[in-house]
Amino acid sequence: MAYKWDFGLVLSYANFWMKGLGVTLAYSVGTVLGGLIIGVVLGMLLLSRRKWVTLPIHFYVELFRCTPLLVQIVWFYYALPIVLSVELPAWLAAGLGLTLYMGAFATEIFRGGIISIDKGQWQASRALGMTNGEMMRHIILPQAIKRMVPPFVNQSIIQLKNTSLLYVVAVPDLMYTGSIVVSDTFRPLEVYTSVAAMYFAILYPLTLWAKRMEAKVDQ
Amino acid sequence: MTSNDVMVRVEGLRKSYGTVEAVRGVSLDVHRGQVVVVIGPSGCGKSTFLRCVNLLETPSAGTLQVGDRTIDFNAAHTMPRGRDLARFRARIGMVFQQFDLFPHMTVLGNVMSGPVIVKKMREPEAEAISRNLLAKVGLADFTARFPRELSGGQQQRVAIARAMAMEPELMLFDEVTSALDPELVGEVLDVMKELALEGTTMIVVTHEMAFAHDVADHVVVMDAGQVVEQGPAADVLLQPKNARTVSFLARFHSTIGERKS
Repeated sequence: MAYKWDFGLVLSYANFWMKGLGVTLAYSVGTVLGGLIIGVVLGMLLLSRRKWVTLPIHFYVELFRCTPLLVQIVWFYYALPIVLSVELPAWLAAGLGLTLYMGAFATEIFRGGIISIDKGQWQASRALGMTNGEMMRHIILPQAIKRMVPPFVNQSIIQLKNTSLLYVVAVPDLMYTGSIVVSDTFRPLEVYTSVAAMYFAILYPLTLWAKRMEAKVDQ
Repeated sequence: MTSNDVMVRVEGLRKSYGTVEAVRGVSLDVHRGQVVVVIGPSGCGKSTFLRCVNLLETPSAGTLQVGDRTIDFNAAHTMPRGRDLARFRARIGMVFQQFDLFPHMTVLGNVMSGPVIVKKMREPEAEAISRNLLAKVGLADFTARFPRELSGGQQQRVAIARAMAMEPELMLFDEVTSALDPELVGEVLDVMKELALEGTTMIVVTHEMAFAHDVADHVVVMDAGQVVEQGPAADVLLQPKNARTVSFLARFHSTIGERKS
């Protein structure tokens, strides 16, 4: 007998879905903004010539880039409270993990954008008598930020997808909401198809927008 | 001449990168209003020397005096830093081989950048100065354009105006025509000649021997990081005494001869 699809049951959980969607979006926006702040600060510090400044930052970046995010989230949830001997609620531990993960990538994007600026721009600014601050603010950053935006938007899109991993520590995001609805309805096919459709509905327009912006920067 | 006339005094200047010594003990005086042209084969250290004068490179040894400021690189901790270094450079204009205009600013914005960002001059005043300079280099109609819309020769003239907008006491030119198509070299050299006639103090690193002959007060020949010969332009270029100068100039003499006749 062929499977009979029935989305009616799924739709009756509309309120539930909205909450899950809200959590997913809140985590995406929150951790992307947090990561952005980390990226700006650490990316700037990476321009330093002092090894004791740059080495720990490189260590942080590689640590988070070279371990799976799922492992990080689980580690922050189970291990961090023990290491720090403080109680961390699941939502905070997971958010911290996601933020630091985004921060590692944002740091690289920020540093990459700055060092991609031609060395002639730096020497011309210095020759005019600009201080490092004046040069950064008026000459280097205005050019670098334009180049940072496309990779940063791409990383943010990946980050939104990554929030689905919050599911393993029972943060009620879209994915976790899905699993709850499944246990309620025994309709995994309809539920997970809907979950996928919702992610797609958010991400596809974002992807199109990112592509358009990339083309604009390339001009 | 009295010592008051000395704009730049370099003594025993050295610059090494690791074990390679690019500048090996250069001494030179540049007087106010003088045009000094530095020539020599590629890799002889002349560009590095020039970049040492505004401290884009930090010399390894020697002393450097620009105006009333003397820096002794043999002593520890006399290299200016931060704002002090920026102020030192602000008094010296420099033009580079690749123009290095700011691509996100218009032509006018480029020329205004020094006065506005560094000197904190008010925009209307900076704009007036900049428009004047752009008119002087023949680009009055290009103020609203962006650098990428200009030819190499035009870009280089903007770069000269940008440096002049700071009203520098000294101008450094680092092979400013080397990246240009041959037919665009003349327009840039003409601007430099005009600056020289107005009494701008200039140190010019160039391969343009005719320019050196016509404009320089003093010619310095460098080879392997050292000054091998220096003196009045006519002497050095037409009656060189040093064997290395002779061999370096051999391939240029026909050009100067042609221009003289």
